[in-house]
Amino acid sequence: MSAHGETIAAPGPARAVDRPATARRVKDVGFRLALVGCVAIAFLLLGVLLWDVVRDGAGRLNVDFITSFASTNADQAGIQGALWGTIWIMGVCALFIIPVGVATAIYLEEYADNDRWYNRLIEVNIQNLAAVPSIVYGILGLAFLVRGPLSLGPVVLAGGLTLGLLVLPVVIIAGREAIRAVPPSIREGSMALGATQWQTIWRQVLPASIPGIATGVILALSRAIGETAPLIVIGTATFVAFDPDGVNSLFTAMPIQIFDWISRPSNDVNDYLPLAAAGILLLMIVLVLMNAVAIWLRNRYEQKW
Amino acid sequence: MPDRIVDESRQEQEEPQEETGPRRFVDVHHGDGVSPALEGAEPKPKVAHEAIFRLDDVMVSYNSKPAVRNVSFDVGKNEITALIGPSGCGKSTLIRCLNRMNDLIPAAKVEGKILYHGQDLYASDVDAVEVRKRIGMVFQKPNPFPKSIYDNIAFGPRVLGMKGSMDEIVERALHQGALWDEVKDRLKTNAFGMSGGQQQRLCIARCLAVQPDVILMDEPCSALDPISTGKIEDLMMILKRDYSIVIVTHNMQQAARVSDKTAFFTVELDATETNRTGHVVEFDDTEKIFTNPSDPRTEAYVTGKVG
Repeated sequence: MSAHGETIAAPGPARAVDRPATARRVKDVGFRLALVGCVAIAFLLLGVLLWDVVRDGAGRLNVDFITSFASTNADQAGIQGALWGTIWIMGVCALFIIPVGVATAIYLEEYADNDRWYNRLIEVNIQNLAAVPSIVYGILGLAFLVRGPLSLGPVVLAGGLTLGLLVLPVVIIAGREAIRAVPPSIREGSMALGATQWQTIWRQVLPASIPGIATGVILALSRAIGETAPLIVIGTATFVAFDPDGVNSLFTAMPIQIFDWISRPSNDVNDYLPLAAAGILLLMIVLVLMNAVAIWLRNRYEQKW
Repeated sequence: MPDRIVDESRQEQEEPQEETGPRRFVDVHHGDGVSPALEGAEPKPKVAHEAIFRLDDVMVSYNSKPAVRNVSFDVGKNEITALIGPSGCGKSTLIRCLNRMNDLIPAAKVEGKILYHGQDLYASDVDAVEVRKRIGMVFQKPNPFPKSIYDNIAFGPRVLGMKGSMDEIVERALHQGALWDEVKDRLKTNAFGMSGGQQQRLCIARCLAVQPDVILMDEPCSALDPISTGKIEDLMMILKRDYSIVIVTHNMQQAARVSDKTAFFTVELDATETNRTGHVVEFDDTEKIFTNPSDPRTEAYVTGKVG
């Protein structure tokens, strides 16, 4: 007992645990501060941008703004035509990317044999397509949809399909991930009951992966909704004073309208800048809402295995 | 070699079975209610019993590496046939061939003959989906669908287009799975809310709902506690009145408790390769395997000297 007490007393000054070396501490804290600083820069820039837009545009963002058509008179101009044009092309885009994207994802996950070169080729190319600049899709849309084989003209259908091609890889990749997240044991359980592969996919795999697929579709649409370059390339109208009345109608879209307002010379009589800012705010509100729905879907329906 | 053992055993199987039968089944898990069924089933081997499966020199390989070979035995009607042996000996591989689940693995190849009621399961005109309708399977880890209890049971009958009232089909299957009383008030709740043992019985009930002929069980209790295991073993004893069961188990006591016939597998390293291949050492009445095995390797395993 006494020997035990001595051994504790003896090394007292030496400490069982060393004090931290100052240099190590400084590095540790310094690195943390550097990281916080990087985050702060990103947030600061975003904050300045937002504040600038809100200051310019908040005054114009009202009911009149979304219920008035484009006008050369800045005081009377609104975004109604572009808003409905965006809604139309997003609708076409969604109707295109959901079936095609999900079907591709199902094929690649459930049917494709990865030992086959063509399946690997498809897979690599989908990854690459996701990285192709959007203007290239604009050129594709112009050459194949607006002119060329389909010759649709710069209409809602052409705009929606062009944006659909642009974001299709996003849907496919998200869909594959959602399908892959369904454990193989579910497929086995279904097949062991005598279900066919299609019954297994349609009744087990797809329902279980719908939240993930829906999230991917919404994120894809929220990328498409802000795209400007491809729409300019396919020749989307910039001055539209009507709502589209079908897929073969001419249209304009919110980013195009914003671009148009920004590029107009403003003067004391016609100041288009607040219009552009209000348009940006409206676009951002729509985007935030779409992302909020995606997050809500994911949290609400995601299947925990 | 296994053939010879089978022949020998059939001559002398009757006596030890009657003698030791009751002792074997007096067990905490098995009440008196179950025993009569057993005694009723046991005399069957005397009359040349009907073989559900007849395996003849089956070999299964993955990417042309044999995983299990030289498998020859019969699975009798209304019997529980246990496949035991150390890890990697190919028990699970083999049982997954009996309902062609291995078809889902492109690299797997089955050679030899697997006859099901005399029909070659791997003949070109046999459709794997039709096979699985007749031969159900319960997996190692309970795998309920992410749906309600009701929909879990109803899934099979629905995809197979079974006629009749779905409510009745579901209720009957849950009764057969010894689950009805526990879940009858929450049929519409998600099956993921059940305990592991209940989930596994749900999987058994789900399998019974499509009225199969055979139930394959691939280590059905390995993820369960002893009480849940006991319930499933009780259930198996009842189910064998109407079904034939093949069970893979790591638990030798489980094989001894529930099965009528046992196949002991072992695994050997190939002389030339680094490939491990399993094969059947001995197939016989469970009594004989556990009390008087013919092969010293079987004896070493069942007495716990190895494995």
